[in-house]
Amino acid sequence: MHKARHNPLNSLAAHAALLTWTAVALFPVVVILVNSFKTRKAIFREPLALPDADSFSLVGYQTVLKQGDFFLYFQNSMIVTVVSLFFVLLFGAMAAFALSEYRFRGNTLMGLYLALGIMIPIRIGTVAILDLMVQTGLVNTLWALILVYTAQGLPLAVFILSEFMRQVSDDLKNAGRIDGLSEYTIFFRLVLPLVRPAMATVAVFNMIPIWNDLWFPLILAPGEATKTLTLGSQVFIGQFVTDWNAVLSALSLAILPVLILYVVFSRQLIRGITSGAVK
Amino acid sequence: MATRSRTHVVVFLAPAVLVYTAVMIWPLFNTLRLALYTAGEEGRVFVGLANFATLFGDPRWSGAFWNALGNNFWFFFIHMLVQNPIGIVLAAILSHPRLRFAALYRSAIFIPTILSFVIVGFAWKLILSPIWGIAPSMLDAVGLKSLFAPWLGREGSALTTLALISVWQFVGIPMMLIYAALLSIPEEILEAGEIDGITGWAAFWRIKLPLILPSIGIISILTFVGNFNAFDLIYAAQGALAGPDFSTDILGTFLYRTFFGFQLQLGDPHMGSAIATAMFAIILAGVCVYLFAIQTRMRRYQF
Repeated sequence: MHKARHNPLNSLAAHAALLTWTAVALFPVVVILVNSFKTRKAIFREPLALPDADSFSLVGYQTVLKQGDFFLYFQNSMIVTVVSLFFVLLFGAMAAFALSEYRFRGNTLMGLYLALGIMIPIRIGTVAILDLMVQTGLVNTLWALILVYTAQGLPLAVFILSEFMRQVSDDLKNAGRIDGLSEYTIFFRLVLPLVRPAMATVAVFNMIPIWNDLWFPLILAPGEATKTLTLGSQVFIGQFVTDWNAVLSALSLAILPVLILYVVFSRQLIRGITSGAVK
Repeated sequence: MATRSRTHVVVFLAPAVLVYTAVMIWPLFNTLRLALYTAGEEGRVFVGLANFATLFGDPRWSGAFWNALGNNFWFFFIHMLVQNPIGIVLAAILSHPRLRFAALYRSAIFIPTILSFVIVGFAWKLILSPIWGIAPSMLDAVGLKSLFAPWLGREGSALTTLALISVWQFVGIPMMLIYAALLSIPEEILEAGEIDGITGWAAFWRIKLPLILPSIGIISILTFVGNFNAFDLIYAAQGALAGPDFSTDILGTFLYRTFFGFQLQLGDPHMGSAIATAMFAIILAGVCVYLFAIQTRMRRYQF
């Protein structure tokens, strides 16, 4: 019966199609990475060749590391991403627990209220967000970004986590209550460890958009001390447009951290998407 | 249970509700409200819907607005026409039960999706640049050099080129979602089809496609919302002026220039709010169409 669906010709065509698109997907990334290690002459003469002893050069990276404050930018991005994720997960899990565990008046309404933000992008409110940050003196601080990303991540986090928390057994929680555990202990000690896979999914979903965002860093924290890596590389590349070595090296340096994150978390990410967490 | 204090419910809910309300919902409503004011000599003056009249009707503004809106619809149209079909085809091939290296293909094809718009914008700008010559020399290798043009620099083709770059970047998302939906179709249904002689592409069209329609609905609305608040790629590749001659201007870049100001143009938070309100209305309309017209009519199959 299975034969009908597996003939070798079909399989060959499938591989050909997938290989073609994989090449299309990876080509620009590879071209940038490869050329960032070449001399200026070689970049233009043989853009598709690998660097050899003659054409190998790190001059672009030297310019980048001398001129741009990439370590600072990297650190800022890291702080913003990690702290925002922490708050999204902590606050999101707490709210999800309240919604899935307790019956109180307005429960459904609160759930709907928190779910509004899944479809409505937070960028729509940017004018007033900038106002708010100016009034509270948070402009050009990393806190402005952390607050925005936390608010942005919460709706989906609450939605996904409360779905998972409904599946945690009631017997377990009630046993804890009989043993005299407080509701807080039940949440932190019993429930949180059980929904760890769902937390990882939420974290991975939020991580990449936060790391890559250009809009809010540009508007809320464009100062030199608070530039994120995405904004920093944008500004840097804009200034060095004619220095191809520097531009290619800056692009490669910006690609690298995301690529590493992806290699580390890709299994989690793909499992998260394919497990239907966002249905 | 009734005797137990309920403060813990409040404690659990408070942080999320406070941050979400203060940083997302309140500014959202405040933005809608600001659209009804204008800057007078002594602070804010209430002007009702005058800003919208200006935006839609005053020649100084309306040209730019309708241009951005039209471009935005074209941007969305290209995504629906190119990104989602390619995503579906890739997912259909990947979900082939005995395909080797499926995980490898999947991970590789998803890589552009994780890159930032800054990287994507500049990388393609360099590759398509006539100065570097990668694109022309590759076309030359297949004898099509005459087809090359500085696509990003021409008014007629810049927007479509950027839309295709965005398609290149995000094709991984529909691919993954459809792939997940295809995997969840039980083997028995496909086997039942085979017994009736439905195999290969016929099985895809007549059995699988109807079953994954809900997922296609979801990727359509995700694409819609994503496209109508897009900004980063255009800004990274063409700058805030969305050149050449505003031919790649979409609502996001128009909003940015208007409320934040750019070069000689001063920022105007009230007109900016009016544009944001228009974006809000468009996105809301799209979401409503999805929720009421598409989702409720679509049959869901439980396995």
